[in-house]
Order: sequence, then structure tokens, then C-alpha cells
Amino acid sequence: MISLLLIIPLSSAFLIPIIGKRIKWTGGAISSLAAFALAANSFVIISNLMKYKTLLYKFGAFPPPAGISLIVDGLSVFLLITVNVVAFLIALFSMDYMKQYTDRWKFYTLFMFMLAGVNGVLIAGDIFNLYVFLEVAAIAGYFLVGFGVRDEELEAAFKYAVMGSVASIFILLGIGLLYSYTSTLNMAEMARILPQTGTSSLVTFVSVLFLMGFGLKAALVPFHSWLPYAHSQAPAPISAMLSGVSIKVLGIYALARIFFNVLGMTPAVCFILIALAVLSMVAGSIMAFGQSDIKRLFAYSSISQIGYIALGLGIGTPLAISGALFHLFNHSIFKSLLFLNSGSIEYAAGTRDLNRIRNVIREDPVTGYTNLIGSLSICGVPPLGGFWSKLIIILACIQANHPILAFVAAVVSMLTLAYYFKALTPALFGTHATAGIKASGRKISFAMAAPMVILAILVVISGMMLLPNPGRELLKGAANVLQNGRNYGK
Amino acid sequence: MTVYILCLILFSIGLYCVVRKRNLIKIIIGIGIMDYAVNLFFVLIGYREGGRSPIFASDQVIDKMVDPLPQSLVLTSIVIGLAITLLLVAIAIRIYEKYGTFDITKINKLKG
Repeated sequence: MISLLLIIPLSSAFLIPIIGKRIKWTGGAISSLAAFALAANSFVIISNLMKYKTLLYKFGAFPPPAGISLIVDGLSVFLLITVNVVAFLIALFSMDYMKQYTDRWKFYTLFMFMLAGVNGVLIAGDIFNLYVFLEVAAIAGYFLVGFGVRDEELEAAFKYAVMGSVASIFILLGIGLLYSYTSTLNMAEMARILPQTGTSSLVTFVSVLFLMGFGLKAALVPFHSWLPYAHSQAPAPISAMLSGVSIKVLGIYALARIFFNVLGMTPAVCFILIALAVLSMVAGSIMAFGQSDIKRLFAYSSISQIGYIALGLGIGTPLAISGALFHLFNHSIFKSLLFLNSGSIEYAAGTRDLNRIRNVIREDPVTGYTNLIGSLSICGVPPLGGFWSKLIIILACIQANHPILAFVAAVVSMLTLAYYFKALTPALFGTHATAGIKASGRKISFAMAAPMVILAILVVISGMMLLPNPGRELLKGAANVLQNGRNYGK
Repeated sequence: MTVYILCLILFSIGLYCVVRKRNLIKIIIGIGIMDYAVNLFFVLIGYREGGRSPIFASDQVIDKMVDPLPQSLVLTSIVIGLAITLLLVAIAIRIYEKYGTFDITKINKLKG
């Protein structure tokens, strides 16, 4: 069952080039089916997780410290659900959206590799496998950013690939040092050994390497410069995938897993994480103001929202951690919704320039209204999910005696409202058609509209996760894993 | 200890190359150097002075053997490095077709 999470995407990545190359429509169909199967499988995994606290898969039946293992616990399953549901909707959207490109089977193959990598990172029980899956997802991502092979896309792909691989090399160096120190690669075993050896400057050095490496993958501010390029130039489904899934799993999840469950959160790490988070929040939202490209706007807002998640993790109280995870879930759905919207606007209007996009709500009600819902949620308008998660993070700041951080978080939330209002109001409601816009005559199809509507419904009901229901249990389980610290895998 | 310092110097050369050079190909080579420095580091972790290969046989007594795990990790890491290099070179060729230059400062159609 856990192994299916890798078998399904990898085998469909194998099938698509064989079948999809000859019969055009099968590529999209296979990838959507596979993503659906993954989402269904994640739900099956939850029902098993209710019975046992952690699920373990042993490769070749070797017992864990020596053999390679896949582990699913509360945190993994929370992200598995988020990732696979979002990926399924994105795959559905890309079936029609990608018709503007040639060689679509390559797109679907790489998409499946990316999904395999992301799922692999979530279930990897040893740190080197985590690195390998991270690279699978990242390399597929570099390819997909440059999929359109226009000048700017190639440039963005090159910059992303260079920065991403330097970050990966730092991570690998950290893994090497950690292995030489603990003589094991299994994360649960490492967590057991590290406290016994006492404090060491090596662990500090490794922490720095990991903060750098995973911080770049998560696009925290000093390491963010690839994100606006990559997210604005990639095809819309891939922007949605990168922003909604990739930076969270490869960056935030890996960071949280390693620091909370393996290395342990020291006050210094908390401080650095909070500092990076505040920088990201403020810088991301300030830079978002001047953007005229709709996808760059969303990209900068991703940087600022990732800051909220990192802030919650950095504060590290139980309330803050649940807030961070809840915001991660919310951001994953509304940011992928917004990027899909930007894709369908570009598809219909032929431009991404906010000065030329007008009157979306009248001409294309589905995109317009779903975009409105997504934007309201990201701005933190009650009762949508984004409001509650930001509220929890701000309350957690106050509770943990950081009134300044709470103030910054509140101000950034208002800034978010301001730049979304400034950028999207004319685009959605502005009626005077400026000279530039000429609709390409393409209407968005049902397969493109349905994922956006489903995501919008998810955005509306996600606030309910705080009421007593299965969703809340899921969130609680995920937060518990991080709070339990080094009792990982037990 | 000297070996580790030399390994670190190799890593730093690679990093310098990535950060400082303007030619796309040199940047790619820099990434390659960093990658190999880390691979070398892994091999050094597993190395034992006077150690032998970790193969057990009934008539032999092994008092010292090298750690085989880092070597297998290096194999994986080399393959990943190959994939990245291949991808970067392919993109660099495409960029050269579009921009007619390898100079990173002239490849700046993206603003901001």
C-alpha cells in the first residue's frame, strides 16, 4: 500500500512514453488516472493509520536500522492527502490546457516523475532516500519549467537548475557529515543516536547546510531569487505544482522533518528560521506590489506566504505548529487554484499582463469567481480558510510572547490584502476594455473549469477543519508528530 | 586530515566557479567540481587506513575493512550528478541557439 505511492507514478511514467507517444490523448488520461489512484490510495492509508500509529514498509524485508524503509506517520499522511488531491486536480486541468504545446507525452512523463519524487520525499524513512527523491522531483521540475523552450523559459530553467543543484549539493554534504557522525542513514536511528553523543559543533554546521539547502528549495528570502522566474515562466499547471506542492514538500516538509524529528530544534535554529520567515513575509509582499505580470504577482505572494509557515514552525509552540501546518494546507490549495486561474486567463486572453487583462468576471465567470474566492482566502478574509490559519499563527505569536512578530504578521496580512486588491480588482471587475486585449477566441473547457471549481469549494470549506471532524484529527496527528520531536518512527 | 582539507578546497573552487564565472559552460563545470568534491568526501568517510574490501570468507580473519555504504551512495550520487549536468548542458545549448551567447550577463530577458 505504501509502496503503491511510488509504483503508480513510476509505472505510469513508464507507460506514457510507450502509449502516449502514438495515441495523443492517452498521456493526459493516464496521468490523471494515476494521480487519482494516488489520491485514493492516500485515503486508504489514512484509514489504516487510524489503527496503527505508524506504517512501515521494509525494502527486501530487512529490518529498519540496516535496511531501507518507507515510513508513513501523521505528518506524512497529512501532506500525502494534500499533495495527491492537488496533483490530481492539476493533472485534470493540464489535459486540456497543455493542448497548446507539442510533445505532450514528455510533459506527462515528467509530471509523473515529479509526483513520484514528491511522494517519495514524504514517505522516505532514511535521509539519503529523502535526498534521492528530492532530486527526482527537482530535476523533473527543472525540465518542466523550461518545457515551452522559449527564450525566457530556458533562462528561468537554467537559473532554477543551477541554484537548485547547488542547494542539493549542500544538502548532500550535510548528509555525508551526519553519516560520518552517527554511522547510520535511518532517520529514526539518527534521532536515537544524536542525543547520546551530546552537543557537537558538527551538528551546528550540518544545521547550517540544511537550512541553506532546504531554505533554497522552500524559497525563503535570501534564497528566493529563482522562484519568481521559475514560477512565472513555467506552464500554468507546473507553476501550480511548484507553488502548491514542490516548495512545501521539498522545502518546508523536509526542513521540518529533519529539524524537528532528527536534529532537534535548538533556540539558534528557531531564531534563524524566524528571521528568515520575517524577511520572506515582508520582502515577498513588498516586491509583489510592483508586479504587472499576474504569475509573478502570485509567485512573490508565495514567498510571503511561505514565510508565515516558516514563522509558525520557528515559534514551535503546539498552537504555532498546527497553525503553520494548517496554513501550509490552505496555501497549497488556494495558490494552486490561483495559478490555474492565471493559466486559464492566459489561455483565453493570450496575455499575463495585468494592465491588459480586464473584466474577467463577466467574460469568464468560472475563472473570475474562483479567482475571487482564492484571492479573498489568501488575503485572510473570514470565514475562508486563509483567515483562520493566519489568525492561529498570529495568536500563537502573542501566546509565545512575541508581540512584535504578531504585529509583523498582521501588517503583512494587510499588505497582502492591499496588493491583491490593487492588482486584481481592475482585472476582475474593470469594465473599460483597453486597447491591447484581444481574446484569442478560446473558451476554457469543462476539464479546465472543473478542477478550479473543486479547488474553490475546498478553499471555502477548509476553514471547517478547525471544527471537530476527521480533518481536524488529521491536522492534530500531523502537529503531534512535530511536537513529539525525536520520537520519530516509534 | 590533509585529504579532507584538500577536498574542502576542491569544493570551494567549484563554488567560486559557480558564483563568479559568467560563462554558462564554466558554471556547469563548477557544479560538476562541487559534485565531485562531495563524492570524494563520501569516499573518504568510508576509507580506513590499510582497510580491505568487506567480503567475508570462512578462512580469513578481517581486522580492518572499508565502509562499503558510502561507496554505494556515491554511485547514486554520480548518476544524479550526471542527470543534472546533462540537463544543464542541454538547456545551455538551447540558450545558445536563442541568444547567440554563453555570457550569463547578456542572458537577461527576465526582468526583476
